[in-house]
Amino acid sequence: MISAFFIFNQKGEVLISRLYRTDLKRSIADVFRIQVVSNSDVRSPIITLGSTSFFHVRINNLYIVAVTKCNANAALVFEFCYRFISIAKSYFGKVDEEAVKNNFVLIYELIDEIIDFGYPQNSETDTLKTYITTESIVSANIAAEESSKITTQATGSTNWRRGDVKYKKNEAFVDVVETVNLSMSAKGTVLRADVDGHILMRAYLSGTPECKFGLNDKLVIDKNERGGGDAVELDDCRFHQCVRLDEFDSTRTISFVPPDGEFELMRYRSTSNVKLPLRVIPTVNEIGTSAVSYAITVKTNFNNKLSATNVVVRIPTPLNTTNVDCKVPIGKAKYVPAENVVVWKIPRIQGGQEVTFQGHASLTSTTNRQVWARPPIDVDFQVLMFTSSGLIVRFLKVFEKSNYHSVKWVRYLTKASGSYQIRPYENRRST
Amino acid sequence: MSGQGGQDAKFFTRGKIQEFRAELEAAESKDKKFTKRKTVLKKIVANITMGNDMSPLFTDVVQCLGTPLLEIKKMVYLFLVCYGRQKADQLHLVIPSFLQDCNDRNPLVRALAIRTMSYIPTPIVIESLTDQLRHCLKDRDPYVRKTAAICVAKLYTADPRKAEKGGFVEMLRDLLLDTNATVVANAVAALSEIGDRQDGVIFKLNLTVANKLLTALGESSEWGTIYILDSLLRYVPERHIDAEMMAERVIVQLNHANSAVVLTAIKVLLYLMNYMENRKLMEYICKKMGPPLVTLLSSGPEVQYVALRNILLIIQRRPSVLKNDVKVFFCKYNDPIYVKLAKLEIMYRLAREENAREVLAELQEYASEVDVDFVRKAVRSIGRLAIKVQPAADSCIQALLDLIETKVSYVVQEAVIVIKDVFRRYPGKYEGIIPTLCEHLDLLDEPESKAAVIWIIGQFANRIDNADELMDDLTYTFLEEPTEVQLALLTAAVKLFIYKASSDTTKALVHKVLKWATEEVDNPDLRDRGFMYWRMLAINPTVAGEIVLAEKPAITTDADRMDRGALDQLLLHTGTLGSIYHKNPETFIRNATGKALADSPALNPLSRQVLVPASRPNLPPPAVVVPGPGPSEPTSTGAVSGTLVQTDGESPQNGSEASVANGTNGTNEANGASAHLMSTSASQETPSNEGDDDDGMVSPPASADPYAGLDNAFGGYMADEPRPQNRNLLDMI
Repeated sequence: MISAFFIFNQKGEVLISRLYRTDLKRSIADVFRIQVVSNSDVRSPIITLGSTSFFHVRINNLYIVAVTKCNANAALVFEFCYRFISIAKSYFGKVDEEAVKNNFVLIYELIDEIIDFGYPQNSETDTLKTYITTESIVSANIAAEESSKITTQATGSTNWRRGDVKYKKNEAFVDVVETVNLSMSAKGTVLRADVDGHILMRAYLSGTPECKFGLNDKLVIDKNERGGGDAVELDDCRFHQCVRLDEFDSTRTISFVPPDGEFELMRYRSTSNVKLPLRVIPTVNEIGTSAVSYAITVKTNFNNKLSATNVVVRIPTPLNTTNVDCKVPIGKAKYVPAENVVVWKIPRIQGGQEVTFQGHASLTSTTNRQVWARPPIDVDFQVLMFTSSGLIVRFLKVFEKSNYHSVKWVRYLTKASGSYQIRPYENRRST
Repeated sequence: MSGQGGQDAKFFTRGKIQEFRAELEAAESKDKKFTKRKTVLKKIVANITMGNDMSPLFTDVVQCLGTPLLEIKKMVYLFLVCYGRQKADQLHLVIPSFLQDCNDRNPLVRALAIRTMSYIPTPIVIESLTDQLRHCLKDRDPYVRKTAAICVAKLYTADPRKAEKGGFVEMLRDLLLDTNATVVANAVAALSEIGDRQDGVIFKLNLTVANKLLTALGESSEWGTIYILDSLLRYVPERHIDAEMMAERVIVQLNHANSAVVLTAIKVLLYLMNYMENRKLMEYICKKMGPPLVTLLSSGPEVQYVALRNILLIIQRRPSVLKNDVKVFFCKYNDPIYVKLAKLEIMYRLAREENAREVLAELQEYASEVDVDFVRKAVRSIGRLAIKVQPAADSCIQALLDLIETKVSYVVQEAVIVIKDVFRRYPGKYEGIIPTLCEHLDLLDEPESKAAVIWIIGQFANRIDNADELMDDLTYTFLEEPTEVQLALLTAAVKLFIYKASSDTTKALVHKVLKWATEEVDNPDLRDRGFMYWRMLAINPTVAGEIVLAEKPAITTDADRMDRGALDQLLLHTGTLGSIYHKNPETFIRNATGKALADSPALNPLSRQVLVPASRPNLPPPAVVVPGPGPSEPTSTGAVSGTLVQTDGESPQNGSEASVANGTNGTNEANGASAHLMSTSASQETPSNEGDDDDGMVSPPASADPYAGLDNAFGGYMADEPRPQNRNLLDMI
């Protein structure tokens, strides 16, 4: 299991260092600094030297590092690093060098609590916050009963929720957020299209509410057994640990006692009948070796009551581009030489609308032929009240012994960020 | 609470021991809210973090333990964890305070005390810990018990005999039946740790305990779920039905949000399937495993990487898993390089006639990216695809020709290397492209590609008009070439001579090369081979020709798949480092314990047949292995004694029959081709790669090293293969 936990900044300075086992010395940190931080070509998140393995995850300007001397469960180690990051976010908003330095004592307290002898322990933020706080606690003042409540919760079967939560108004917000990934060939063939869905919930509910949640899904186990209807085919779904998996397995109902506040209830994946909100039709012509002309059309593919917002189209240009002349009907397009792209930003496109970018890139003649990978065109956007998978929340029922009335809200959002890609060339390498 | 942070960054400055000592002294008076002490301690902790030795402050810091502030106590404890072992002679100062905390009314404080004490494994602390620990293991508060359980593992690490004599292992066993799931999970984790030690007690589960643990799964935290699932591999099913019922209870965990739970559940399922009989259930399990594995690919890139490396193993053992899902492994443009390389291997493995077109289109796309390793592997995969899927061969060859036209040196080199194998796979079909290859000779500057093209020229010298000119050019630098190329040149020169014996130039050429090989070169292989050819040619050139140009066995890609026994064993390590490097942990981690499928009446007979027993080798002291010149050692029994055949292409799957066949035919080939034969192996029959292994024939491993075939998927080209580094850099620090 984990022998040591470190946080490094970009310079390789140690911001947090905690050894859990005596099989390592603190100087192991220097090895990581040499092997990873000061190495410009790190090609793996895991590096094993001798019997020692370094696992690292990068976030902002930091390296979150776990070191092991055994045949560690790699998935567990990375999941733990991710969890540390999410706890840190919840405690101090952001995770960067400044935040870590400003809260280092608290971080030491946290990592003493959430790992013991290298074994991750209860790491539910909600529970942690009941006994690891930024406020000073005088030990003598904590009533033993209060502590027992905490310890019972920290080790209990619903260790993600306190029992004494009270709200005047009982509300639950459900956000269905879908990230749509696309890879499309120049001919317009969909090479792959899939949806990563997240169902986020903010539960402000008193007591110990029992929730039941329903979707218009039809979990496909066997792809050959397709059926009709408006049911959405989900390839797979994964649940927050509060969801009773055995019940889901036998009856397909999603029932749970939610944590208090915000959490990710469910994640799912869908690959069938993915509705692509934006259609991009690129026409790229190389005019000799001195220029490239672009006509990139973006078409919306949803009804005109909805609109795509924050649309950013990134159009790659050759490395020897000197200037790009851009014409756009809406939004702003600008050539960014440092990244070799034209960035076309459109604040809003209405459903049913179609807009075209016209561009002309002038190239310098170069003698050294740098390899240009001809990257795909990438589009980022958001569409509210639209799901690419067609998923709809059917119901959310809340049962609590005091039988209070609760209000539920549902929102849908489909977005793309960094992986909605259209290849502009049929054959990318120039011959 | 959230959103607002502390303001402690200012403490990150180097301080002097003397200053801190003075500040601590000053804080003893007029420090009502202990803010002064807190500030100094924070400075000290910051300095520990920065690597400054704060141990001289031991006595001063310990004084602060009297402060009733929990935050201060925790900082002092952190200090003790850092320097306690160094200052063992002064630890007696803190024992009373520890003991007091062990009996505090607050369970959090009790747990904190034993947790901290067990981090300071010195005799004096352990002495006072043992009594307290005995109480804490029976504490009425579950939080204290779960902490105590882990403390036993720490105690065992520090002093195994004391822990055993003190009866702590038995007490841990009792905790397996605790009412609280978190306590159970930690007891399992502690017992597993102890059981994995080479000197530890044996930790096995019987059906009753295993079932009890399964019940605790429902109430465990996600980490606890992992510890418990992991321990289920210590249960050996005696009856098929036991394995089947257990699998049905584990299967629900595949929907867990935590990827480590999912992978560990998959490990348990794969394990249990070895003991099952119900084929329907096994098919169902395989079907159920696919989607969660794909979903892991929407996690962070690090977890994706772990998942991909594991998928590569899983689909070799259970080919029905993911067999229709090649598309999800297509690389995204912005995937990290390690994800891309891992995906590429899976794409190749999942390629079949039905999807070959799509896969080829993707590979062509990748071949124009910028990362050299990735491009090379993509190009090589195109050639491998041609060899694997016959109907796709034509379009793969066309793709390779297009790539050669780019004249990018490393692309051309890779293409030439695979094309050589394509020629052997489809004799008489693609030789028409040889002139194109010969046009790009000047782009080849790496030994492997040079050797490949030289082999092609020699082998097909009768079809290349200017073969003698080309060979003449190539031999110009003979003496400077690496051995691999020299060997190829030697054989090619002989072949050329046999084809064109009447030509004076070829006669002069072969004479020159033979003379060099036997007189000027120090390498014994080259010299011996030179002598051998020379004598053959001198005694009977006709027979020499028959031998050197004998028909070669066809190449297949069957050897790409790992040996089943080895796979069964490796899959016991699913999700761990071993599964990422595709190596058993005991082979690269010191003191790691090997695992093996345990035999039982329920074990699948085929699994039993190929069972690889666990070994507990002690790793040799780390040594730097420098690959020297000359041929590598034969790795399998395929080399029939008396031949010079390099058998690095051999795989254990061939079974003895195929190996021998290859060995003898290889002799006829007289080493020319086999010297750079790469991964492809010769085999007389083509066993189907489809379908579960449980149905098929399994040949017993023919080689001492069941992993010999493992690295073969992409030939000798292993530059990007993840692997532990065998250097002990740690000693340098």
